[in-house]
Amino acid sequence: MLTRRSVLAASAASPMLASLGAEDALAATPKNIAVMGKAIDDIIAFDPAQSYEFTDNEVDGNCYNKLVTPDLTTGTTVVGDAAESWTVSPDGLTITFKMRPGVKFASGNELTAHDAAFSLHRVVKLNLTPGFIVTQFGYTKDNIEKLITAPDAQTLKMVLPKQVATSFVLFCLSANVGCIVDRATVMSHEKNGDLGNDWLKTHTAGSGPYQLISWVASDHVILEANPHSAVKVGVPRIVIQHIPEPASQLLQLEKGSIDIARDLLSDNIKQISGKPGFTVLTSGQATSLYIGMNMGKPHLDKTEVHQAIKWAIDYEGIAKNILPGTYEIAQNFLPAGLPGALTDRPFKRDVAKAKALLAQAGYPKGFSVTMDHFAAAPFSDVAQAVQANLKDIGIEVKLLPAQQKQVFTKMRARQHELIMLQWGSDYFDPNSNAQAYCADPDDSNNSKLKILAWRCHFFNPALTKMVEDAVKELDGAKRIAMYQDMQRQFRQIAPFAMMMQQNAVAVLGKGVSGLKVGPMPDYTKYADIRKA
Amino acid sequence: MSGRLRTLAATTASVLITLFGLTVVTFFIGRVMPIDPIVAILGDHAPPDVVARVRIELGLNRPLWYQFWIFFRNLIHLDLGRSVMTTHPVLHDIGRYFPATFELATAAMIVATLIGVPLGVLAAVRQGTRTDHIVRVFSLAGSSIPVFMLAMLSLVVFYAALGWLPGTGQVSVVYDGIAPRITGMLVIDAAITGHWNTFYNALLHLIQPALVLAYFSMAYITRMTRGFMLDALRGEYITTARAKGLSAARIVWRHAFGNIWVQLITVLALTYAGLLEGAVVTETVFSWPGLGQYLTNSLLNADMNAVLGSTLVIGVIYVFLNLLADVLYRLMDPRVR
Amino acid sequence: MSDTSTMSGTSLRAWLLSDTPASRRQAGWGRLYRLWRDLRANPLAMAGLVTIILLILAALAAPLLAPYSPDAQHLSNHLAPPSAAHWLGTDELGRDILSRLLWGGRITLGMVVSVVVLVAPVGLIVGCAAGYIGGLADRVLMRVTDVFLAFPRLILALAFVAAITPGITSAIIAIALTAWPPYARIARAETLAIRNSDFIAATRLAGASRTRIILVHIMPLSLGSLIVRVSLDMSSIILTAAALGFLGMGAQPPSPEWGAMVASARRFIVNAWWVPMMPAMAIFVASLAFNLLGDGLRDVLDPKQRS
Repeated sequence: MLTRRSVLAASAASPMLASLGAEDALAATPKNIAVMGKAIDDIIAFDPAQSYEFTDNEVDGNCYNKLVTPDLTTGTTVVGDAAESWTVSPDGLTITFKMRPGVKFASGNELTAHDAAFSLHRVVKLNLTPGFIVTQFGYTKDNIEKLITAPDAQTLKMVLPKQVATSFVLFCLSANVGCIVDRATVMSHEKNGDLGNDWLKTHTAGSGPYQLISWVASDHVILEANPHSAVKVGVPRIVIQHIPEPASQLLQLEKGSIDIARDLLSDNIKQISGKPGFTVLTSGQATSLYIGMNMGKPHLDKTEVHQAIKWAIDYEGIAKNILPGTYEIAQNFLPAGLPGALTDRPFKRDVAKAKALLAQAGYPKGFSVTMDHFAAAPFSDVAQAVQANLKDIGIEVKLLPAQQKQVFTKMRARQHELIMLQWGSDYFDPNSNAQAYCADPDDSNNSKLKILAWRCHFFNPALTKMVEDAVKELDGAKRIAMYQDMQRQFRQIAPFAMMMQQNAVAVLGKGVSGLKVGPMPDYTKYADIRKA
Repeated sequence: MSGRLRTLAATTASVLITLFGLTVVTFFIGRVMPIDPIVAILGDHAPPDVVARVRIELGLNRPLWYQFWIFFRNLIHLDLGRSVMTTHPVLHDIGRYFPATFELATAAMIVATLIGVPLGVLAAVRQGTRTDHIVRVFSLAGSSIPVFMLAMLSLVVFYAALGWLPGTGQVSVVYDGIAPRITGMLVIDAAITGHWNTFYNALLHLIQPALVLAYFSMAYITRMTRGFMLDALRGEYITTARAKGLSAARIVWRHAFGNIWVQLITVLALTYAGLLEGAVVTETVFSWPGLGQYLTNSLLNADMNAVLGSTLVIGVIYVFLNLLADVLYRLMDPRVR
Repeated sequence: MSDTSTMSGTSLRAWLLSDTPASRRQAGWGRLYRLWRDLRANPLAMAGLVTIILLILAALAAPLLAPYSPDAQHLSNHLAPPSAAHWLGTDELGRDILSRLLWGGRITLGMVVSVVVLVAPVGLIVGCAAGYIGGLADRVLMRVTDVFLAFPRLILALAFVAAITPGITSAIIAIALTAWPPYARIARAETLAIRNSDFIAATRLAGASRTRIILVHIMPLSLGSLIVRVSLDMSSIILTAAALGFLGMGAQPPSPEWGAMVASARRFIVNAWWVPMMPAMAIFVASLAFNLLGDGLRDVLDPKQRS
């Protein structure tokens, strides 16, 4: 006969079993492995000619070298990486790189100018998502082999088809798409003329301090030290575990099951930063949070309405209460840290002024409008705060939260009214954002350039012209001044309310140090991570 | 014999029709989703010329019915296409993620049965008493809490506060990739190959999600067991057994329970199918690399091949388990025979 | 029965419990009364019923009971723990959780009711029609229910919501879409059992149309098992709605729907447990109450039902 006692005993059996082995299961991670908790379901491919998401770029940044890399201490110039030095012809049309000797791929092959040329050829020939960063100089799959050449193993010659600012070219080469792949290894895996794309999607063939040894989508990424790299890494194996829930990352960091947490939200950070032994690292990102207003929709075609919305938002309250630590107020289209960025804050919450502007636009009683945004935290919180802010000036906002890709799809089809989104710079040069926010040379559906300005019907030939001129300006100082001028005009007339700049936050567990968080994913470096 | 054959043919036909319907519904739901698959493949920054080229490469510019025809034609050759997210063929992915779900669901099923059935018997024997009420509330409570809440609470209590159990994932990093992959179910693989540390670690990781899932599905098992037992205990043969002076335990287990286990098996088969559903949420909270998580991620990323493939697999399993329950019932129940 | 109201209590009970009811209506009322008597003897089911009534009353009286507006934000007072001013604390935007729970009850319970109102009649009509008409119509309808049953419920709802747009209406439709097949199955089984009974045959001979037979004679008889199913389904509807919210596809903020509240606050479980726990408790209580009631009803109505 089943008694009450035996039932209880049966249900209690499992936790007892667990407590016996608890120590083993909960032991801290071993010294030679650093475990990082991060949401990694954004990964699409690791091939530098294709990679374009946060996590895959970050991994590439640790597995590859580029010709040049931004000098992150000043943020205004680049320094040599796989290239030792370079010279520019007086007309600015030819750049000759001298390669650094002794750089070796994980295969043991020496990195030469031939690999560098091959890598850029691949980018243009494959022409995948990030391809435009290189093709925008005028390269095509027909001219690329003639214009980018390697006369010898130490020299890479790059002839530009049209005049562009040298700093612009160099910053573009410092983007993830500029990673140099091991030609011999990649071509040994070529299938049907894909230049090794299929293989490189899930492997790396670079000269960086680490190499990819395993990726299981939405589960983990494992990197191991590149034995041939000149850089001696602190921890030979990095494991990036997919932990989508921030609360779960926090728990596991506190317990020591992971060494580094990457996606904590403001309140998690506030909680952990008070505890001894944990280190909070932040780095401003080249990523902006903004509200875009579609000028093709009723009410939103008037500049006064745009300005009214900009004056209605409670930037301070949102930054201080919803986003502390993870975002800073930033009201210009260039995020702080990028060359030419303005850091003044022209807007603050002023309900009276906003109402007056709205009346001036002919809507003294306000109107109703929808706003699309990502459903995830903290965007949903910010959206609700903005909704309350705009209600104060008479604008009724209906929120339409959705999955990230759904929001993108809607904006790309120009079907949104208001939209709250993030935009990250494609490369570390002001042109990326200037073009995105200001340039709309052709507002029709056949346009060749369909970025943010086009998506919001912000058709402004004067600003577009300024973008086109700045990118050709050879004089560095003059070029910076042009971008600053653009930012000042932009905030008066553009249908974009620039709100925040993102801070990447990484929290290191007890005894862990040395992670470098960069302003763009591919500048986040693992090589110096140490475990005490 | 020909009657049996005809039944078999009819059953097969109805299964095939069901699966075909499943494919059609999934395909069209997928295609009307307001997510452009191109955005999922190329990201938001892709320039218009690349977008246009890839759309043609993938045949997404073709009419819907044509796309479906292509999909269906490949399906017949067991080619489910490639997943955008993982870059692998969908069939390969399913082979990779399904065993983890199977492992979790099976463990949960075992726990739910081992606890749920005795509880149900106990409640029936003590019908109307306080024991009966406590058992009922206890088992119903499990299916009244949102699974994700139960999962998160369990993490907070057993992992964070008490430290009895490990956190998320299938195994600690240290043991990852040590045991060779044979069945894909880590606990079993480790045991077969004698990697006892890995086995122990994986088992500990399995306990929490399995218990959560088990508690969630226990109510149904307990309730059905109780119901069956009440019926059985009212039977004439029980009265006879009592009259013979047999012990209470013998009457309950040998006579009453012995009569209901056939019915119970069908209940268990159906519960098992339902577990696959609960697994979707549990896997998300526990970062369990299973089919549920794979399916949800694919859905949110408009990775249609992956969505179609995994929905079909789950559908097949469901249909199969239903069929199994049916067949078992027919084969083993003397009354039906 | 115009004289019912004038009867005394005892004679009313006698009328209700009469072994030889004079009319079909008397038999019907009698059945209901017996059901109620049996149910009242089940303390758990009564506890469930009382809880549900209290929840409904609280939701209806939300404007009177709620101390604050459910949408009033107070950013500088966010994540405040329970206190005299805010009995259940405040959420991530400084809104009063108690007020949101009270108002949210309307949405959550409203969703449940909407789903049931959508699903029960559809399932009933489809099932009864299939069962009575038989033949091809029956086979087609049953294959359709097979297809829907073979889908994991949450996945189908998820896909469907994703295909339209997340929100309360979509969630209701999606859940309804996934919930109807079992109803149709039950109604069909009941219909098959009574289709060939004498009184249906008699009605048919009397010249009643097929529609009339289904609507007037068959459907009411299938209601009992349907009610059991409905009350047991309520909790699963609440939970599906909450799970949709958890995966970002249910009711959307700022709506104080309980599931959405838990979903958007689950990240605070470590540092401000009350924010996710309060709505989770509400869901738990409502869900358990429906389960207890359903369980009791099932015992009373038909103890042997299999699915």
